[in-house]
Amino acid sequence: MKSAPQKKIGVFVCHCGKNIAAVVDVKKVVEEVAALPGVVFSTDYKYMCSQPGQALVQEKIREHGLEGVIVAACTPSLHEATFRKAASDAGLNAFCVEMANIREQCAWVHQGEPDAATDKAIEIITTMVKKTGLDRALVEDTIPITKRALVIGGGVAGIQASLDVADAGYDVVLVEKEPSIGGHMAQLSETFPTLDCAQCILTPKMVAVGTHPKIKILAFSEVRSLDGYVGNFKVAIERKARGVDWTKCTGCGICMEKCPTKVPAEFERNLGKRKAIYSPFPQAVPNKPVIDREHCLHYTKGKCGICEKVCEVGAIDFDQEPEIIEEEVGAIVVATGFDLYSRSNLGEYGAGRIPDVIDSLAFERLLSASGPTSGEIRRPSDGKVPQTVVFVQCAGSRDPEKHKPYCSRICCMYTTKQAMLYKHAVHGGQPYIFYIDIRSGGKNYEEFVERAQGEGVVYTRGKVSKIYQSGDKVAVMGVDTLAGKPVRIDADLVVLAMAMEPRASSSELSRILKIATGPNGFWTEAHPKMNPVGTTTRGIFLAGCGQAPRDVPDTVSQASGAAGKVISLFSHETLTLDPLTVEVDEEICAGCGICVPVCPYEARTLDERKKIALVNEALCQGCGACMIACPNGATVHRNFSKKQILSMVDSLL
Amino acid sequence: MKILYYPGCTLKTDAVSFEESALLAFQKLGVELEELKRWNCCGTVFSFTTDNVMYHLAPLRNLLRVREEGGEAVFTLCSMCYNTLKRANRLFRDDPEKRDKIKNIMYQEEREYDGKARVVHALELLRDEIGLDALREKTGDRLSNLRLAPYYGCMLLRPDGLGVDDAEDPSVFEDVIRAMGAEAVDFPFRGECCGAYQTVEQPEVVAERTWAILDAAKGCGAHALVVSCPLCAFNLDKRQEITSHLHPEFESMPVLYLTEVLCLALGIPFGDRWRKEHYATVEPVLNRVLEVSGKSG
Repeated sequence: MKSAPQKKIGVFVCHCGKNIAAVVDVKKVVEEVAALPGVVFSTDYKYMCSQPGQALVQEKIREHGLEGVIVAACTPSLHEATFRKAASDAGLNAFCVEMANIREQCAWVHQGEPDAATDKAIEIITTMVKKTGLDRALVEDTIPITKRALVIGGGVAGIQASLDVADAGYDVVLVEKEPSIGGHMAQLSETFPTLDCAQCILTPKMVAVGTHPKIKILAFSEVRSLDGYVGNFKVAIERKARGVDWTKCTGCGICMEKCPTKVPAEFERNLGKRKAIYSPFPQAVPNKPVIDREHCLHYTKGKCGICEKVCEVGAIDFDQEPEIIEEEVGAIVVATGFDLYSRSNLGEYGAGRIPDVIDSLAFERLLSASGPTSGEIRRPSDGKVPQTVVFVQCAGSRDPEKHKPYCSRICCMYTTKQAMLYKHAVHGGQPYIFYIDIRSGGKNYEEFVERAQGEGVVYTRGKVSKIYQSGDKVAVMGVDTLAGKPVRIDADLVVLAMAMEPRASSSELSRILKIATGPNGFWTEAHPKMNPVGTTTRGIFLAGCGQAPRDVPDTVSQASGAAGKVISLFSHETLTLDPLTVEVDEEICAGCGICVPVCPYEARTLDERKKIALVNEALCQGCGACMIACPNGATVHRNFSKKQILSMVDSLL
Repeated sequence: MKILYYPGCTLKTDAVSFEESALLAFQKLGVELEELKRWNCCGTVFSFTTDNVMYHLAPLRNLLRVREEGGEAVFTLCSMCYNTLKRANRLFRDDPEKRDKIKNIMYQEEREYDGKARVVHALELLRDEIGLDALREKTGDRLSNLRLAPYYGCMLLRPDGLGVDDAEDPSVFEDVIRAMGAEAVDFPFRGECCGAYQTVEQPEVVAERTWAILDAAKGCGAHALVVSCPLCAFNLDKRQEITSHLHPEFESMPVLYLTEVLCLALGIPFGDRWRKEHYATVEPVLNRVLEVSGKSG
């Protein structure tokens, strides 16, 4: 291998307090690496990342005219950026600074073997000297940003994210697949632990979204495709055929009043009825109806047309076609929310066939003043007020063998609330809660559970094994594991706290947005701790239950967090691109195209005319998969070339 | 069609009616049940042991006989036999380590078992081979005056994935009852345990189970309980004697084998010897069938 002109390299060995120095003999390391070809300076320091440590690096860069710097310390994901910035301030190109990881990959894993660890540290640094010698001084490129955000999902997460971004002065396009924004929170009665009415705290925000000059709501619409990259996304959104011209409609509601076709209302969890032309609830935003083509007589039988006759402004448009709208946005917040796992999955609980065994959202509708029973608790089968209600927690959750392995996290608290509200409504009634254990972590949550117990809610620790119709009662068989006895309760109504699962549509959306979902279908965050609102795609952020089950306060916090990320992105005029990407040597590239399907970020394309493969540097994350796949070595990672890797290997042999 | 048939011990001793009715009914449905020339005990409860492969030899030997006689599948009536044969088969197929051990122990057999015998229960044969529609056509309306509670017990459904149907929400028994022309009641205790071998040491425990199960069936409006297991039949029928001592208000209820009901549906006369095997009299059921045939005839 031809030797490149020798770079002047400095090596800075960090003690990391005792983390490194207690195992690795740093003095010996400094001495040994000083003799390596190219190394003109080496030293050690107790905490290299500290202010004096960084100043030492800067001073030595200037003093020795260093052309490459190696900091032998911790993992690059911790302090690479720190030292690149420091070196850059001292006039050295940031990409000629490398970390030699002698902490996680050496000192921490070889405690008790100081001699071997010291030798290994020297070897690690030796390889990095080779790499640094061949590092190119790279320049960061910039791209413009479209300062406009797309928010997918109009539940409380999407609402909060939209408001925060719009209030910062940026345009927002809010896409909601239902006819109205509001999501599941609009269905809730009161919220734990304060018992605020959900509608009272949500509808003002819905109105704020509806009237905000910076927010454009695309209701009854779905994202169909996405192109581009951070700062420069192009989205195609389908506005589904509403059958109503919303520009003409005044939202007077006469069509809904006169429509003769009644259909079970999804918003009421099928406990109430809606019309075939409907808006899901009276406070809907936008408050304009859509026609349900599956049930409308005009579409099913070719007759009726009453809504058309009664509409004074001629807004009914039976022939309306779906349309595709193109939007350009710079960032995306994915706030797609959850569905409840279906009762039909639980055969032992009646598989959804027992009328008085309902899910928790249905019970919310029974509790809600605007629900199908106007807030009176009446059971679905015969409309009687239930005197005994059994709540079953973990229905489908925490069941890795048969259902969902995870905890749905909010059920303990909302079940407590539901039992308490039931007790408030039916004073003589008796609520029972079967639980595995009560998870009440949260501000004022444990106190809330204590309050419920004080108000007469009976908690039984154990699982329910079977639920069946027994005369006009619903028999619940379970076990009280504290008493060690089997229990049977003849209930009038049973409420199942069904597991939460991601929206069924999110797997399709995952394909469109090219962002990952985990084993249970929830969106995968960029980092579970340090970046819980980001995704692995720059410019796409997460909020709400689509990422994991969570309650309203956590959802609102996360939505504000995602909005903060968007605002921070938009606060720059241009975006700086990381130059640590691949490039193609056009002289060598044969245009075979093998790199295109290999790329997980869709950064590689083929120029059919010139027969060469291209790299979109905004999309490229520098993973190097295409470099490995490239048969003739035309694709090269800028500071991780094959030459660099081989010279590193050579130095060890 | 012809299928090899594994009877198991009880069908030759205490549950003769089960076997006799099965042979007659399936013959009428065009299925010849050819009894295995050599068979032994299915292994019963001993084969629940998973750590000692010795206990799986009994069922596996039976399956080997099926292959030796050139069969692809083996037909069973008793739920317990069905369960042990199928479970041992799965162990043999899925656990290479235990399979090798078992093969070593079975070295004296003339040929090696290949794991390929398929175990078919009567309910599966009716559903999958004969077909519910075809069964419905052949049975007519003799049972139209009869409400029956299907009783799966444990062994037909468990462990999950090995049973005749979904363990928590099965439907095959109900579907077969309807195809025979009777009404199947929605019976919540259909998958409960009958008390099984507690019947030997603690018959009162079983009698309490019998009370709970039959009382529930009666609550659902059933005229009789239909079973597919001689032990379930013993516990739910013969233990009614103790149940009526423990609960004087208890009214006895006929407990019939699936195949006895099939005979009634197909117009095959109910054998006198079968009657004697029942503790709770089956006359009310037979009378209901007679009423219908009296009207139509």
